[in-house]
Amino acid sequence: MSGGNTGPVVGQRTVGGHLLSVLAWAVGLLFFFPVFWMALSGFKTEADANADPSLIFEPTLEQFRTVTADKPGLLDAAEAFANSFWIVAISTILCMALAIPAAYALSIKPIGKWKDVLFFFISTKFLPIVAAILPLWLIADYLDLRNTRLLLIILYTAMNLPLAVWMLRSFFAEVPKELIEAAQIDGASLRSQITSVIMPIVAPGIAATALLCVIFAWNEFYLAIQLNTSDASTVPIWVNSAVEFQGQFLAQLSAAATLATLPVVIAGWLAQKRMIRGLAMGAIK
Amino acid sequence: MAEVKYEAASRIYPGTEIAAVNELNLDIADGELLVLVGPSGSGKSTALRMLAGLEFVDKGSIYINEKDVTLSPPQDRDIAMVFQNYALYPQMSVASNMAFALKQQGIPKAERMERVKEAARILDLEPYLDRKPKNLSGGQRQRVAMGRAIVREPQVFLMDEPLSNLDAKLRVQTRTELVDLQARLGVTTVYVTHDQVEAMTMGHRVAVLDHGVLQQVDTPRRLYSAPANLFVAGFIGSPAMNLIESDREGDQLMFGSQPLELAADVAADIRASNAKKFVIGVRPEHLTTAIDGSAGEVTVVEELGSEAFLHVTMPQQGTDTTIVVRVPGETSTVRGDRLSIGINGPVHVFDAESGERMGAPIPE
Repeated sequence: MSGGNTGPVVGQRTVGGHLLSVLAWAVGLLFFFPVFWMALSGFKTEADANADPSLIFEPTLEQFRTVTADKPGLLDAAEAFANSFWIVAISTILCMALAIPAAYALSIKPIGKWKDVLFFFISTKFLPIVAAILPLWLIADYLDLRNTRLLLIILYTAMNLPLAVWMLRSFFAEVPKELIEAAQIDGASLRSQITSVIMPIVAPGIAATALLCVIFAWNEFYLAIQLNTSDASTVPIWVNSAVEFQGQFLAQLSAAATLATLPVVIAGWLAQKRMIRGLAMGAIK
Repeated sequence: MAEVKYEAASRIYPGTEIAAVNELNLDIADGELLVLVGPSGSGKSTALRMLAGLEFVDKGSIYINEKDVTLSPPQDRDIAMVFQNYALYPQMSVASNMAFALKQQGIPKAERMERVKEAARILDLEPYLDRKPKNLSGGQRQRVAMGRAIVREPQVFLMDEPLSNLDAKLRVQTRTELVDLQARLGVTTVYVTHDQVEAMTMGHRVAVLDHGVLQQVDTPRRLYSAPANLFVAGFIGSPAMNLIESDREGDQLMFGSQPLELAADVAADIRASNAKKFVIGVRPEHLTTAIDGSAGEVTVVEELGSEAFLHVTMPQQGTDTTIVVRVPGETSTVRGDRLSIGINGPVHVFDAESGERMGAPIPE
């Protein structure tokens, strides 16, 4: 705890460090390759995509055009993306709006029996979603919510809430108690404590949690296909229906999947900037 | 400028039977530097946090400037606190850290900056105002925490072991600076430490706590020369006072093979007491040695240059006891020397069971 700056020593890499770097790159490339291949295949003709794997081919936007083209009776790409965007955005905002106060009440000012409450949150995840689908379907049907955006907003908020509460709680719990006490003694109101002291410290955690909520909601397939097959359906359903069912469709599928992946990648990139900034800020010592 | 008063203030943590702080009565004068000292678990930090408003006061009251603040939140007490780990806001620059409290008070920016600059000048922090806490050394962080406190010009400073995260040399240096700063600012200060040397060197008065109970509050000199009980006697002083158990033989106490010469009031107290066992307390500098081949054997010689401490094992009523004796530095005594020990200073006698001091209270 004592002494001067104890930041990492830059510019002094050991052999072990270099080996680790090489390994990290190798693993990274291994993980990235399938995604790269998918994106590449999206620019191929079906013939090229199904031929022997090759990096040399004549790129074409034909598949992207085909999958995004209006098809009578089928889900429209623009509509699916708009549905997904609104459902994911609103459910994530709702989820965070509920989870942040809950996490505060479970960590910084712990309520009585907070451990039981925390367990209750995670216990709602014990039931496989398949087991809950019938009552969900009946309730949605009864309330006339099937095939609406509202239904998925509610379900995705509920689906992500336990995870968000758990994650945020652990981030909030890491805020040193003394910092909040120091703020109190400095005369800060509760609002000021939260906005000036707690939030800047937990911001990376909030970004990470929100990103996970976005990813889970964006990729959710089962609830969407069971309850929202037509009007308000989402991108995963569109990917599923956009490709032609007859014949070879590898390139089309790649194009649709690439499009479906892009928003998550962008969201991840945005959140990552925030998260790294938070990590670089350094905690209390 | 403020006086602080604890009036039978207790803190009992939920789920515990024993009070962490038990009916603390303490008057702290305006401008005084009072040190709360005690071993871990003595309740010294809890007592400080009660004054800060960070800890609930279960019984009794606390006053700042004759105003009852027992139930006031920390925000309303006009106090500043320096934490052991400094608790600097990591996302804010040094200047913002120091200005934070002023900002909460709604003081305009120009005045804030002026006061921050003034505090930074006092603490030699001017070159670091734009840095973040993580880019500062331990000593600089400590000074920022001090700066955050003094910039507010509060009624009372509270310090919770503010030096314990510094290395030994810096700690001694900062200690002196802190004493000087407190004297210059003249702000009433309550300072918590577990280190009795820090307590003795810094405090105008020192309050010794043990198990939540105030043992004695006095000037450092009187704590040293007239400890109120066995705990204070053993806690204050380094090396510690020699505490030698002695069964009474009639109305006599034995030191080694010799009956102990006692002051009249002490002898009277012992005569009046039913206790069988007493503890004789003698400071290492109040003992003399003579190498004469008698029963005491030197086991360790701690040479410090200016002085040396001899650890001597000698028989005391049938069992071996170790006594530390201070002798002039560069001593020629070596391990294995046999010597006798004499007393040439004040002797304290305590009831071994209750820890009470025998004899009349020593006048101030």
